[in-house]
Amino acid sequence: MNTPVKKQIHLAAHFPGVNATTVWADPRSGSQIDFSSFEHLARTAERGLFDFFFLAEGLRLREHKGRIHDLDVVGRPESITVLNALAAVTDRLGLAATVNATFNEPYELARRLGTLDHLSGGRAAWNVVTSSDAFTGENFRRGGYLDRADRYTRAAEFVAVARELWDSWDGGGAPRPFAHSGRHFDISGEFGVRRGPQGHPVVIQAGDSDEGREFAASAADIVFTRHGTLAAGRAFYADVKRRLGAYGRRPADLKIMPGATFALGDTAAEAQEKAAEIRRLQVSPQNAILALEQVWGRDLSAYDPDGPLPDIDPDPESQLVQGRVRIGDPLAVAAKWRALAAAKGLSIRQTVIETTGRQSFIGTPESVAAELDEFVQTDAADGFILIPHLTPGGLDDFVARVVPLLQERGSFRTRYEGTTLRDHLGLARPPAAPAPDAPAPDPKDPDAKDPDAPAPARGTRGAAVKG
Amino acid sequence: MSVLPSPSRPLRLAAAIGRGDAADALDAEPYIRAARLAERGRLDFVTLGDSFTRRGPDALAVLARVAPATERIGLVPTVTTTHTEPFHVSSAVATLDWVSRGRAGWTVDVSTTEAEARLFGRRPAAPARALWREAAEVADVAGRLWDSWEDDAEIRDVATGRFIDRDKLHYVDFEGGDFSVRGPAIVPRPPQGRPVIAVDATASLPREAAARHADIAYVRAMNRSGAAGARADLRGRAAAHGRDPDALTVLAALTVDLTDGERAASADSASYEGKLTAGRGGRTRYRGGPVGLAALIGDWYEAGAADGFHITPADPDGDLERFVNGTVALLQHRGVFRTFYPGATLRAHLGLARPAGRYAPAPAGGIA
Repeated sequence: MNTPVKKQIHLAAHFPGVNATTVWADPRSGSQIDFSSFEHLARTAERGLFDFFFLAEGLRLREHKGRIHDLDVVGRPESITVLNALAAVTDRLGLAATVNATFNEPYELARRLGTLDHLSGGRAAWNVVTSSDAFTGENFRRGGYLDRADRYTRAAEFVAVARELWDSWDGGGAPRPFAHSGRHFDISGEFGVRRGPQGHPVVIQAGDSDEGREFAASAADIVFTRHGTLAAGRAFYADVKRRLGAYGRRPADLKIMPGATFALGDTAAEAQEKAAEIRRLQVSPQNAILALEQVWGRDLSAYDPDGPLPDIDPDPESQLVQGRVRIGDPLAVAAKWRALAAAKGLSIRQTVIETTGRQSFIGTPESVAAELDEFVQTDAADGFILIPHLTPGGLDDFVARVVPLLQERGSFRTRYEGTTLRDHLGLARPPAAPAPDAPAPDPKDPDAKDPDAPAPARGTRGAAVKG
Repeated sequence: MSVLPSPSRPLRLAAAIGRGDAADALDAEPYIRAARLAERGRLDFVTLGDSFTRRGPDALAVLARVAPATERIGLVPTVTTTHTEPFHVSSAVATLDWVSRGRAGWTVDVSTTEAEARLFGRRPAAPARALWREAAEVADVAGRLWDSWEDDAEIRDVATGRFIDRDKLHYVDFEGGDFSVRGPAIVPRPPQGRPVIAVDATASLPREAAARHADIAYVRAMNRSGAAGARADLRGRAAAHGRDPDALTVLAALTVDLTDGERAASADSASYEGKLTAGRGGRTRYRGGPVGLAALIGDWYEAGAADGFHITPADPDGDLERFVNGTVALLQHRGVFRTFYPGATLRAHLGLARPAGRYAPAPAGGIA
């Protein structure tokens, strides 16, 4: 068969998070912390030939009104440790850890990621996030506050340093001393872990801001973005891919993967019913009041979740909520919610259900497969990071029913072609520096037989993001 | 034959599974092979040393990789406290306990060298005294973080919409000399309550930290009386801190060369203590056959000089095999060492109870 190769979809499995998307008040909801839950979801994802498994990170329990938030699933493991254990029960699945660049140091993290890459046979990925708040800092040595601009310069320098460390072992398998002196890090010595099977673990970046997009274009292999409409997806996709040229990179060097939720049914109507039921579970009466308080910045516990929205206005200076992303413009959001509630005659709970977090894809397996494929074929995405609402079985149906349809459409792999995450993503292995006096390549060294001619821009791109 | 009364507590045995600079030191397989071998010998636990200037993998990561490939054996990596974050260390060890279903331990160590300080560029090298004081604080705060979720904090109460009872989550508000941690932990209380803490207590500074915070202390001694002296000292210090001395297991640490040793031991006239020499870095090296080693272990143990032994095989493959198939098999045959695991957690192997959380209210009705 010589059919032209269709653009391929990349899929990732997001372990259900510590937020209201994850439904725990369902009899099928299992443990968020037992290893068996992680193993179940990872094996499901690997059975579905997914590119990778994704873990978010927690560094401080969220608070609301000065107390620990108690309505959502909470409590999670340290990511890299779980991924090393999952490497023992999977063979091909990529393993992505979210790790904060503000509350870690490059030498230690590069070593931990390098170790994961070795122990998993080339499946490690790092989702770089930054945070600046003094609230989280109270658990760490560095404590305090890093302003927004510094967060990105630190993250960019952190990624560049990590790559310097991974590159400090040459193609001949010997370490060279490294020395880095920059705005955020001044370190030197010898890195203890030789280059891993992937050369560099895959770097993921999340964030839609202009700084975030530029950082992604300069330094990331994958962007984890928010899923919007098809049109918004295409605009984001075009914008980020356009930025790559400035760093000597090709469009295929960066994969754009929105986070996506879904609800499946045997008929369109059944899928809508299921979606609505999931939303009702996600927005409990208590969670509805909480969502309202996050916007209003006031104690609204006296209000009836089944009654109308409050008459009083939000407090834009509120410190009520800690450890969550702040609502951009509370007054504007409140105005929008009021207008919607008035137009449709909605209660507080109904308004919250209507305005927050509707599933990205709702329908029969056929229609969801067709929609996902359309997003990818029309350049609104390169794939999706799927966020199931149930632990640990939330992807069972998707893998059993949607993946075969994507395969039938010729848009998704029917087996793993390679062994590393870079292989799955179609990303080249960054070339190692040659040994200083290496006369001939060592046939046993994977760097020496890298079939991809080194793209010079990749080898030097770290320099582009140095502050 | 020993004339001393048999010790009341069972013999403990542990083995290091480090591979030094070997070509396969970054592969998972040799570690899994070694841990399974040790598990077949019913050892209490395996250890993996670590430091930031050593070539090789992150030790805790390796033992997390080993966890699903083993069933009962304890997994005790070294994690340093000088350039790391106490909160992250506590989370990683707790997570190792979750992925191993209650088999995690942690050997606490410090980073004293300039070379290590330069890898981080965050603080200059400091005297060992200050670093061990901090290491004790890190062990302390880790224990508090592990306790910061009460065991029944997760309630999943649909009627009130609450997933947790937040009154059962606790701030630790720890103020150390160079760091502070607010808490609570991000990881729920681990299966063992608190993973097992170990310290090489040969030198006096770590010995003090061990007496206060450790469940296991390793001591390197050149002879039986040296081991007995160190054990008595540790038990005395633990008691001085208000601890039950039996809660501290003291293991004599030996590097064992059984491969070359067996050949050298053909003229087996010297006593086994004659086979002990001072090795590199203050290590005690046993060079002799597996049978002589079994005699040494049995003798020191029965004399109460040590609660057990931590063995570092000189050759990571051959000597571990000789130890398990020779020495351990002999000790089992003599009834000195267990032939099956009666429990599933490292605490169970060591005869340590699962501790109650320090923030949990005392059970109603007082002491039964």
